[in-house]
Parts: sequence; structure tokens; C-alpha cells
Amino acid sequence: MWNEIHLTNMDSEISRRSFIGSSAALITSFGFDLRPAAAASRELKISRTTQTQSVCPYCAVGCSVIIHTLGDKAKNVKPAVVYIEGDTASPINRGTLCPKGASLKEFVACDRRLTQPLYRAPGATEWKPMKWEEALTRMARLIKDSRDRGFQAKDEQGRTVNRLTNVGMIGGCTDTNEVNYLLGKFRFGLGIVPYENQARL
Amino acid sequence: MMHVAKLIDTTLCIGCKACEVACQQWNDQEYTLGTFDGSYQTMPDLAPNFWNLIKFNEYERDGKLSWLMAKYQCMHCVAPGCLKACPAPGAIVTLANGTVDFAQENCIGCGYCITGCPFDVPRLSNTTKKVYKCSLCSDRTAVGLEPACIKTCPTNCLTFGERDALLHGAEARAQELRADGHAEAGVYNPAGVGGTHVFYVLANAARPEDYGLPKDPSVPWTVRLWKGPVKWLGTMVLVGGILGTFFHYVRYGPKEAHDVEGD
Repeated sequence: MWNEIHLTNMDSEISRRSFIGSSAALITSFGFDLRPAAAASRELKISRTTQTQSVCPYCAVGCSVIIHTLGDKAKNVKPAVVYIEGDTASPINRGTLCPKGASLKEFVACDRRLTQPLYRAPGATEWKPMKWEEALTRMARLIKDSRDRGFQAKDEQGRTVNRLTNVGMIGGCTDTNEVNYLLGKFRFGLGIVPYENQARL
Repeated sequence: MMHVAKLIDTTLCIGCKACEVACQQWNDQEYTLGTFDGSYQTMPDLAPNFWNLIKFNEYERDGKLSWLMAKYQCMHCVAPGCLKACPAPGAIVTLANGTVDFAQENCIGCGYCITGCPFDVPRLSNTTKKVYKCSLCSDRTAVGLEPACIKTCPTNCLTFGERDALLHGAEARAQELRADGHAEAGVYNPAGVGGTHVFYVLANAARPEDYGLPKDPSVPWTVRLWKGPVKWLGTMVLVGGILGTFFHYVRYGPKEAHDVEGD
């Protein structure tokens, strides 16, 4: 509008529009503001993102989160996390999140995030990447060896105990009921006694 | 359109700083490493890329230390000093729901809004030469969502809603606190700026300074003078000058050049 006024003045033409414009400028300069309250605002960055429900990985409260991902799952889109917020549908947190949960996007997008197993051999100082299959095979082998060494079918008094005390087990805070059920099965199957789980809260 | 507001019940804040993180995440602000100066506060002060700071005001009474938490952010005044001081059309706008929003594409970076703000909130960026502050998540409120900090607050310290209803709720909460032994409890909604769209329930409303809030904030008189009488006077001098020239021309005609030699 302001440019327009200057242009019309240069051409020595006073159109109706520029006259009203100049009058408005004059009145404005006397302290009367004719500019209407602006109703425009920024675009909502999550209006068309793909929403995925998930559980916060940190503590045992298990707050639900919504992960907003770029794109609408179209074949040619490489998805990226845009924003993570609390899920209002969850009775646990009803949309709220603590500072750790609120910063989850950084956790997902972090360039130091582990995406494969790392292995540090006894005495070594360096962590080396290891294939999943190799890692699982090695874990299974070591558990079996330890169990073969430490399994007690009977105690000193001859009672049947079928216990394994030289292998322990730790559960995670975000394990669901189903995962915990399977962990329990696995644990009792091996006879493991030392067991700790944050999810027992 | 109904006016929205934010209520900060300082008695419920546990200083978890989730609102700070949610603000940074929603507005895609870069994390800036702060300085450690012996306080539990995240940052010493607001920054162009840090619009919401929980102040850990240390307060000592009867030899016991306590924290008076206060959310330090734009108050979204009803009569904003920043808007009064701003010379760039459209750089500072009041939205229909009462939000005071900065439109950086219209900002000329003069920093007058910083002078005009009685709460010392706007921050000038050295890289972009624009001024930034809390937008009350105008992009979220425009589509009917609550601001990011409100959504995340785990202790119900921050609430969001229609301004009148929320003010009513704030008074009720202050009443509750007074009945509970906090005789000085009250609502901080300073009249000097016409009231605000962000208000507090304070356990000791008689001394808002303890919370880092100004006691009687108002738009600085320099800004009021300069944007009022001085501006009118200046315009009148300008217009008077032009008119005077015009009438002088009509009365005495153009200036005639006389040859000094006189031939």
C-alpha cells in the first residue's frame, strides 16, 4: 500500500485509492490507528503429518506419546519425525509429558543413537559393531554355558528346586504386559532366580 | 471472538521445566548451551531462541530456603507496550483471541518494543536482527489447540482456557490458598497494562518482586510521551510548515530573483 502511494505520487495522479491511503496515513500519524487487528497466524506444522501412537521409553510410568512424522505414508516419502507430544487418549498422562518425554524427538533424531548391537571383547577398549544374528547366537551360547555350569536341580537337603542363580535378568520400564508375560515365561523356563524389573511398579 | 489466557499457579510448579522443553520442541528452537551460575535455572535469562524460562527465585524465610517458581515469558498484555512503541506496520499484532504476536517478516529490528515492554521480554537476535518472544503458540491456538507448554505440564500448574473463566478460577484458587493459611495469596493480573492474557496465582501477591515480577508495571512514560503528544506535535509542525509555505505562496507569490547589477 505504501509503495503504491509513492508510485502514484510520482505520476502526479491522485487516484481514489491513494487518496484514502494518504488520508489514512495522515490520521494514523495523529495517533489514530486504522489498521485492523490481524487474524493471520502461522501454519500448524502437524496439521497433515502421520500420527503414530507409542510409549515413552524412559521411566516406569509409561506415558503415551504421539509421534508426528513427515508425509502421509506415500510411497515416495522418506519419513522423518517432526514433533512428539503426549497422547491425550492415554489415561496415564492425558497429553502431559515430563521434560525427558517432551524432548523425545531429539532421542529419535540423535546422530549418536544406537541402531545395531555393539560388542566389546574382554580386555578390549573399543566397541565394535556386530550383526544381530551373531549377537543373538553369542548370547544364547553364553546363557546355555552358564546354565549348564550353574543349574541346581536339588538343594543340599535333597529338595527339588530347579534353580539357576548365576544368571540374572533385568526387565525394561516400557515392556508391555505381553512382553512381561513372555519374559516371565523365559525366566521360569530357565529357572532364573535373580530378577529385577522396573515395570513391577 | 473469545479471548484465551494462560493461568500459572505458582504454588503447583515443581520446576520440572517440561514447559521449557515443549516450547523449544514445538518452535524448533536450537538448543543453546547455558552457563552454570549456581542456580538450578536452565538459563540465566530469556533469549531470542528461548522464550519460556522457569525462574528459580531463591527466597529465605526463618532460615529456610524455598524456591518461588515463576514462568518468565510474554504476558500478552491487553494494552501492550511493545505494540505502542513499534514503528513498523504489522510487525506486532494483536490477534482476535487476545494474543500479542510478532510477525518477524515485518520487523525492522529497531528494538523499540524492548523499551516499551514493562516485563523485559522481547529479545533481539544478533544474527537475524529481528525480535522474538512467546507467540502463545498462535499456530496452535488458531486451530483450537492449547499452547505446547500447557499441554505438557504434568502438575496442572499451567491451565489454558477462556480468559474470563480462567480469571474466575484464579480468584477461586487464591481464596482457597488464603483459607489454607497463605494470607497474602492473590492473582497477579496487573492493571497498569490493562490486564494480561497470562496471569499468575501467587502465594504472596503483596510482593511479586520475590517472584521476579514487577510490582506495578506500566508502559514507560517515555514511550507514552513519544508515541502520544510528541508525535502529534511533530506531525503538526510538519503539516503546519507545509500549509504555511502554501499560504505564503498564495499571499506573496513566487520569489522573484532581482539582479544585483540592476540592468
